[in-house]
Amino acid sequence: MNSLVDILLNSFSEMNSVLVLSVVLITSGVVIFTIMAVNALVAVYFERKVSAFMQDRLGPMEVGLFGFKGGKKFWGGIGQTFADAIKLLTKEDILPKDADRFLMILAPFIIFTGALLTFVAVPLAQNIVISDFNIGIFYIVAMSSVGVIGVILAGWSSNNKWSLYGAMRAAAQIISYEIPIGLSLLLVVLVAGSLHLGDIVQWQADNRWFIFHSPFTFLAFFIYYISTIAETNRTPFDIPEAESELVAGWMTEYSGFRWSLFFLSEYANMLIVSIVAAIVFLGGWLSPLQMFNILPESWMFLDGPVMGFFWIMIKAVILIFIMMWFRWTFPRLRVDQLMYLCWKVFIPFALGNLFFVSLWELLV
Amino acid sequence: MEEQTIDKTVFETGEMVLNMGPQHPSTHGVLRLKIHTDGEIVSKIEPVIGYLHRCFEKHCEKLSYEQIVPFTDRCDYLASMHMDHAYSIAVEKLLDVELPERVEYIRVIIAELQRIASHLVALGTFGLDVGAITPFTWAIRDRERVLDLFEALCGARLLYNYIWPGGVSHDLPPKFVDRTLEFLDYFDPQIDEFNNLLSTNKIFIERTADVGVLPPEVGINFGVTGPSLRGSGVDFDLRKNEPYSIYDKFDFDVPLGEGTMGTIGDTWDRYYVRVLEMRESAKIIRQACAQLPDGDVGEAIPKKVRPAVGEVYGRYESARGDVGFYIISNGKNIPLRVKMRSPAFCNLSVLGEIAEGWMISDVIAILGSLDIVLGEIDR
Repeated sequence: MNSLVDILLNSFSEMNSVLVLSVVLITSGVVIFTIMAVNALVAVYFERKVSAFMQDRLGPMEVGLFGFKGGKKFWGGIGQTFADAIKLLTKEDILPKDADRFLMILAPFIIFTGALLTFVAVPLAQNIVISDFNIGIFYIVAMSSVGVIGVILAGWSSNNKWSLYGAMRAAAQIISYEIPIGLSLLLVVLVAGSLHLGDIVQWQADNRWFIFHSPFTFLAFFIYYISTIAETNRTPFDIPEAESELVAGWMTEYSGFRWSLFFLSEYANMLIVSIVAAIVFLGGWLSPLQMFNILPESWMFLDGPVMGFFWIMIKAVILIFIMMWFRWTFPRLRVDQLMYLCWKVFIPFALGNLFFVSLWELLV
Repeated sequence: MEEQTIDKTVFETGEMVLNMGPQHPSTHGVLRLKIHTDGEIVSKIEPVIGYLHRCFEKHCEKLSYEQIVPFTDRCDYLASMHMDHAYSIAVEKLLDVELPERVEYIRVIIAELQRIASHLVALGTFGLDVGAITPFTWAIRDRERVLDLFEALCGARLLYNYIWPGGVSHDLPPKFVDRTLEFLDYFDPQIDEFNNLLSTNKIFIERTADVGVLPPEVGINFGVTGPSLRGSGVDFDLRKNEPYSIYDKFDFDVPLGEGTMGTIGDTWDRYYVRVLEMRESAKIIRQACAQLPDGDVGEAIPKKVRPAVGEVYGRYESARGDVGFYIISNGKNIPLRVKMRSPAFCNLSVLGEIAEGWMISDVIAILGSLDIVLGEIDR
């Protein structure tokens, strides 16, 4: 009884196996899609407001929702993302004349599928997960690299030089940055002795959060976090879609619904990497209050399993906020500088980390 | 060895020609760059201009001297006051009129405010070019205050038609000097904040230092002027070297590129010279506001402009460099010929020289640091 898939399989076990399979697949798909859509709506609004306050302006203020406008407060323009979503879905669908139609239509779905499949293994709290793998981390790392195939296809099939540049940059960048991400996660796996996300959190509950475990895991968290910013193509690593250089990179020729799939996947990836960082390094659904043990008995419900979703989301949202903070503060790196950072800084450090954390585990 | 020979037809790498613009986010208007690339490396750049050509010089041959001022406005639309001022100085030279003191002071105050506004756009869009978005909105926010001042002055926010041959269109509105000083008090700390956000950012320095170095002799040979040349350490500012108007009465420095973050004349220097120039402009405005005399601003405006037969060349230090107006008069109220020297045109011409061999991203940064305005290049 650990995951959505298990629950569904058990409750329909007497039915025809094909029917059960389709019910399970469709339900999981709908659930994940809903999470992604809600996430995109909230994250887009959040990003707009964060950027607005950093840039000394108000952000969307006019479009309300069910008559609620929020005035000159944070909630102003609450309906803007809904309006944008409707606009994107009703936009004219444009394919360039000389584009490779099949691949160009296929590409957004591959990218979207990558994000969707990754979500299968991402828990939102203890036991709240679509399917509970015992190789959770491995699966997430593997699935998050599916998207890059779609990026290359999108860039190549658009028959546009800017798209091609964007795709080539994206391929180089995403594949390179998977290595430090993998090495940093490997370190945690090494210490916890499991690829299962639940076990990793359990280890942290028994001992301490991984970020505070040793100096090397502390460093690994930052390597992981910065690499994921590169993996999700956000500033200062938004080189594949660098709007001032490549127009919109590999997304140049896309509009309307197809483009909104890219958009959904981008924000879903942000959420995924933040949740994974929260689970692996920041104690997942464990309450930060547990570490200090300062609360009286009557407040202990804040530590309980019910609050898990709240704590994991708090941690993820803080990490997402820092990503947005980066985006609205930093200029963009150049391609060679990005590669330098990955291959000459992060990978040696991550490898060294892996070595030293093994020593640390033996000696301490 | 036989196996190792590579099939040339499969692995042959050719140059790719990339059309950057005229519809591109960071070509600062409708500039088109034909970029020959080998991967990310740029081997050759051909700027293609003319998309904004409006026959300015031909128009001038059909319009009376006063009617040309709105057209000069539209040349450098980010520094319209400078264009009007430059043209007016040339016509006044031709007419040989003596301007009231107050007019000269007003013109200096306005011109320096315009320099601040123009440099703010240059710095903000340069931030955009290297991928930082917030500096742009901050720069635009501060520029807005200058535009508010101009709006109070003459009702317009972009194309002012304010400085006329022989004077200015209106006297200063009430409290204008107070508001200007208030703006300067607000603005000085903003420059520090801007520096904290962008100029001293590590990524920004990585992107701009040592990139696109413009050696002084190359700059001089190509006719580069203004902040772009001063970034290379060449001390040439018409306000000092050939003082027009009343610039000789003020105490200010000419900031030069010093290679603080890399080589002298790199992109960072060209950028930072503009930041420093805003401070110097503020200094000039403070002095001019303190000394502002009384008087009638319209008394020297001629009833009709009908200069004697002759020709004149007026030079002016605009926000982008050395603007020149060459006017030939045949004694009528319409000039026979007006030729404008566009600083941004010369600055753009050096792009190929300094940007070849760099990456596409660097070409954007170098182009941004030259601070071109296509309205002025195409005329």
